[in-house]
Amino acid sequence: MRWRTRNYTKIQNEKSAEEKISVKDFSPKSNMNKVNRSALLIKLLRRGPLHFAILVICGLWFLPTFGLLVSSFRPPDLVMSTGWWKSFKTPFAFTLDNYLHVLTTGNMARSFFNSLMIAIPSTVMPIMIAAFAAYAFSWMKFPGRDVLFLMLIGLLVVPIQMTLIPVLRIFNRLHLTGTFLGIWLAHTAYGLPFAVYLLRNFIGELPGSIFESAFLDGANHFDIFFRLVLPTSMPAISSLATFQFLWVWNDLLVALIYLGGTPRVAPMTVTISNLVNSYGGGWELLTSAAFISMILPIILFFSLQKYLVRGILTGSIKG
Amino acid sequence: MNIRVIALMIGAVAGVPVVLILYSFIIEKLVEKLNPGLQKKLRPWFWIIPAFSLLAVFLIYPVINTVILSFKNADSTEFIGIKNYLYVFTNSTMLIALRNNLLWLVIFTLFTVTLGLLIAVLTDRVKYESVAKAFVFMPMAISFVAAGVIWKFMYEYRPKGAPQIGTLNAILTTTLPGFEPKAWLFDPAINNFALIAVGIWIWTGFCMVILSAGLKGIPDSVIEAAKIDGAGEWRIFWRITIPLMKSTITVVATTMVINVLKIFDIVYVMTNGNLNTEVIANRMYKEMFSFRDFGRASAIATVLLIAITPMMLINIKRFGQRR
Repeated sequence: MRWRTRNYTKIQNEKSAEEKISVKDFSPKSNMNKVNRSALLIKLLRRGPLHFAILVICGLWFLPTFGLLVSSFRPPDLVMSTGWWKSFKTPFAFTLDNYLHVLTTGNMARSFFNSLMIAIPSTVMPIMIAAFAAYAFSWMKFPGRDVLFLMLIGLLVVPIQMTLIPVLRIFNRLHLTGTFLGIWLAHTAYGLPFAVYLLRNFIGELPGSIFESAFLDGANHFDIFFRLVLPTSMPAISSLATFQFLWVWNDLLVALIYLGGTPRVAPMTVTISNLVNSYGGGWELLTSAAFISMILPIILFFSLQKYLVRGILTGSIKG
Repeated sequence: MNIRVIALMIGAVAGVPVVLILYSFIIEKLVEKLNPGLQKKLRPWFWIIPAFSLLAVFLIYPVINTVILSFKNADSTEFIGIKNYLYVFTNSTMLIALRNNLLWLVIFTLFTVTLGLLIAVLTDRVKYESVAKAFVFMPMAISFVAAGVIWKFMYEYRPKGAPQIGTLNAILTTTLPGFEPKAWLFDPAINNFALIAVGIWIWTGFCMVILSAGLKGIPDSVIEAAKIDGAGEWRIFWRITIPLMKSTITVVATTMVINVLKIFDIVYVMTNGNLNTEVIANRMYKEMFSFRDFGRASAIATVLLIAITPMMLINIKRFGQRR
């Protein structure tokens, strides 16, 4: 049990550790107050390559996305004839037409809506169901508890490919192919092993005394779960929600298989991959379509980066 | 799509949590009616049943079923022994797919982990660490499909003499005199590496985040002690940082191996496995949807599972140890 506490506090203390380290690194070993110009110059020369290397790395990772963004605002004939970097020369020629075109004729508006329709329930369902299971796993005793949990750990890495054919057959029989309900259930099930694993780690660490006093006050399990367990697990749930939402929003394979490529229910990933195959060269539309699909994840990324990092850390220090 | 459909859908979205809350409320009311001994016995099962029934239907049963299907013919009507597996290991396209997955496994894992570690170590020394890391981490948030579009545009090729609109060819032709523009995704000598580079671009951030946390976990006192003993940066890195981070590096590398074996979206979007870029997961999709051969598709999936099993055992073992 103890290692889990340790991991979690480690993650939570990450920030303070960061500060500590940077402070140490930045106060040059000795007499900080006697810094003169030549010392500063030496420091700059010594650290110059470091800053340069980081700059190059950031550039490498930023440039591809930036090129896409710029191109999506350029008129089609220019996108096809000159490089995107040329657009910063006067006269500027930027336009919103590509976005209008893709949203009105390219089925993208519908797909955006579909992506939301798929991703929201597919995030809420696994988290709630996993929280039920995690609560039982951590605070109730039953035969086979440890075996079931080990099985869950095993299921964490089972490739989705192993499940596609049998599940598709079940769906065909129940007429769930091409329906939102079908894909919600599929995404829920696929997300469950990780969700139960992560929530159990967290819920299992809550102090037992709060449960005891709640029971003494006459609360039942329903009250305790919704009034005590869920609210106190919010940090873990936020990580999980960010993760699961991004995973479902960005998923191609599951949608491709269970939604059968019908445009009526296709999420953006499916629509864009069809665009890639059919247009070949229609870069002004592809770039704007891709950017529409990236807006929400990028906003989520920058506002919830903390939870994303925390989720990755707890998930990866698995066991 | 009219207003009614939208209303219906929003209703469904809101209805999902309501159904789940009702479920737990009703079962708790029912269980409370039982005598205390029975309550204690039955209650846990009601709380785990939703999760485990979904897992049974969507993961456990299908895995068993797929293994059985892999010994059957295309429409699963009769058993044909190991013919499907012979196909997996003898068919020329499958052999290319297996070779490519191996190529992915080695290069992708090596580069994501090494670059992730390098970036974690470098950014650890500057004040703008979090900003720099966000740049590298960002591709994790977008879909592989979007990343595929981004990089298809990076790799865009125009014949020599025409203005290059692909960033990569443009940079190389202007900076290196005499460089011939390359069709990165079409030239069989380089297209696999071009695809792997996209994977590295996406996943390095993931490795960096975990490795960076591992790096911060090394106590300052250890580093300080080494410095006092006169160890240089280089020596500290190889003799202290790397050994202390060994378990973190193993975890990251295992995760990358699991990912890379399942790699699908990038290949599907960028080349669809043409021109010698096929990978196992994409081949499985094709067997399933284009050729309708469920036996072969199942055999491919099973091979994938077998390749991943060692990683699964490592996971279970590590979990058992630490507990």
